[in-house]
Amino acid sequence: MAAPKPIRTEPRFSATFDRYTISEIQRAAATGIYDIRGGGAKRRVPHFDDLLFLGASISRYPLEGYREKCGTDVVLGSRFAKKPIHLKTPVTIAGMSFGALSSTAKEALGRGASAVGTSTTTGDGGMTNEERAHSSLLVYQYLPSRYGMNPDDLRRADAIEIVVGQGAKPGGGGMLLGQKISRRVAEMRTLPEGIDQRSASRHPDWTGPDDLEIKIEELREITDWEKPIYVKVGASRPYYDTALAVKAGADVVVIDGMQGGTAATQEVFIENVGIPTLAAVRPAVEALQELGMHRKVQLIISGGIRNGADVAKALALGADAVAIGTAALIALGDNNPALESEYNKLGTTAGAYDDWHEGLDPAGITTQDPELAKRLDPVVAGRRLANFLSVLTLETQTIARACGKNHVHNLEPEDLVALTVEAAAIARVPLVGTNWTPGRDRY
Amino acid sequence: MPVIDLERQTVRELNAALHRLVPDTNETLWEVSNSNGKHAIGTGVDAPIEIDINGHVGYYCGGMNKQASIRIHGNAGTGVAENMMSGVVHVMGDASQSAGATGHGGLLIVDGDAAARCGISMKGIDIIVKGSIGAMSAFMAQAGNLVVFGDAGEALGDSIYEATIFVRGKVKSLGADCIEKPMAKEDKARLAALLHRAGVEDANLDEFRMYGSARRLYNFHIDNIASY
Repeated sequence: MAAPKPIRTEPRFSATFDRYTISEIQRAAATGIYDIRGGGAKRRVPHFDDLLFLGASISRYPLEGYREKCGTDVVLGSRFAKKPIHLKTPVTIAGMSFGALSSTAKEALGRGASAVGTSTTTGDGGMTNEERAHSSLLVYQYLPSRYGMNPDDLRRADAIEIVVGQGAKPGGGGMLLGQKISRRVAEMRTLPEGIDQRSASRHPDWTGPDDLEIKIEELREITDWEKPIYVKVGASRPYYDTALAVKAGADVVVIDGMQGGTAATQEVFIENVGIPTLAAVRPAVEALQELGMHRKVQLIISGGIRNGADVAKALALGADAVAIGTAALIALGDNNPALESEYNKLGTTAGAYDDWHEGLDPAGITTQDPELAKRLDPVVAGRRLANFLSVLTLETQTIARACGKNHVHNLEPEDLVALTVEAAAIARVPLVGTNWTPGRDRY
Repeated sequence: MPVIDLERQTVRELNAALHRLVPDTNETLWEVSNSNGKHAIGTGVDAPIEIDINGHVGYYCGGMNKQASIRIHGNAGTGVAENMMSGVVHVMGDASQSAGATGHGGLLIVDGDAAARCGISMKGIDIIVKGSIGAMSAFMAQAGNLVVFGDAGEALGDSIYEATIFVRGKVKSLGADCIEKPMAKEDKARLAALLHRAGVEDANLDEFRMYGSARRLYNFHIDNIASY
């Protein structure tokens, strides 16, 4: 007679050493190098999902959807620039380089954004003629690396964005690994082909807010005070960074939270440095209000904006516009389930693909392989992005009308409540069903 | 010859006038007086003209210069000739930090010393310093030549790419991945040509030593971890 089968409990996985953590330890032990990937923070953090709009009620009346006008236009750069930027929608396209993205992807971004009257942004690698030609409004990034920087491109840009940092890696420089340094990318960056490019994290010729003020003055002089000058920071100390950017003479402050994407950065950096987008908005707005500059210096918020509700919530908390990056790439065709078998070959699955640094993107977006890049039809992809941007705008209007606003900028914190105590404290709005705003009121 | 007195006119007026110049302008000689350390003098010029600045200048003088020859009869603040594309910027005195930073082309001459980060991230500019240079010079220098008659401070050429550094004096220390290289005949010819452009004909080329990239850090390898 066989011995009785021992009674065992179910195999139990540790919450501390979960399967992902164990696989990362095993990967690190095998390779001896940190994990690099694209995208933004994947962990759950307090976000716009934790907020709700109250909508109209007896004391507030709504606007008729489809009939009563609800404005969505935004002017950026009205403080000093002779030629501010006029956008038809408060959603812009964030900086992404040719290099990180294929030329077809850059063209598609330009086509999509231009179709709906908004701007795109260059990245760490200079301006290409294609993106200038396909973007009616193009913001030229001024980065620590200064790859391809030149006064002609500065003058043919519609605005200049001085990049101090980005949400995925505040304090980190750009990274583009050798697989993506094709001959053209290398030439634009004055680098040998195929090397790992790790660009500087600090600007080479200015340090601190006093220098920044002089740097802004120089850029204004070179461009004859025509172009709006943005200052972009990764969200870490948004109150002080906003105040210092305003003091230095910025027209626009851009704050990118930790959910904001990157083409390639260490996973440990993405997930552990910087603060969530939601947590950056109120301190930045507070700094602007204290300086009497709210709506005079415009605030652009980015990092994990996915739908019109996110846009509306960022605006209600005081932003003038938002920027999208990852969502725009998904609209182009990134992580498309139709490519599942190809994602499987890369050891991943549609929806989780983030090895953008490897340059093997089956969707033809985050690659420099000409064959892969050809898979992305810039006209079709641009149309998808234009559709997506239109939906974001319509959704934002839908919420604004429900709250009785005839312009999306009239949304206000009083329209919001929070689902969680932490989001209530962070967004400085009441916990739903209470009058309690943690951090402001005693309970 | 246009003369701009910066006690009577603003830097904005000066730069606006310089930016209005057409390529075949007859106003090819400009004089700027009372510069008094003002910032952004002569930035973004794109015309084959000569500008004499009488006095010291503040930050970013000659920034992003194209074509122009700019002579500074005094000292220059941070980032002189930053991101220069072409032309010449000549500092008769000393230069502060980040002289010639990220320059893509042209020639920067400093008769005196240059402070830290001289030639940082240079991308094709040629820089000749007749005195000494400070620490972290030619950091991440990508292309171009940096010639120093005096000494170089700490961490010269840290993380250097394909730029070349010639130093006649002492080098306090070399940065990561920067090594001394033997000077071939072509290198000497290149150095001689550079010195000629700066009007130096009597230097003994054999007194210079040449530095460049060991190219060990071009692609990450865990065995080089101590260098990062």
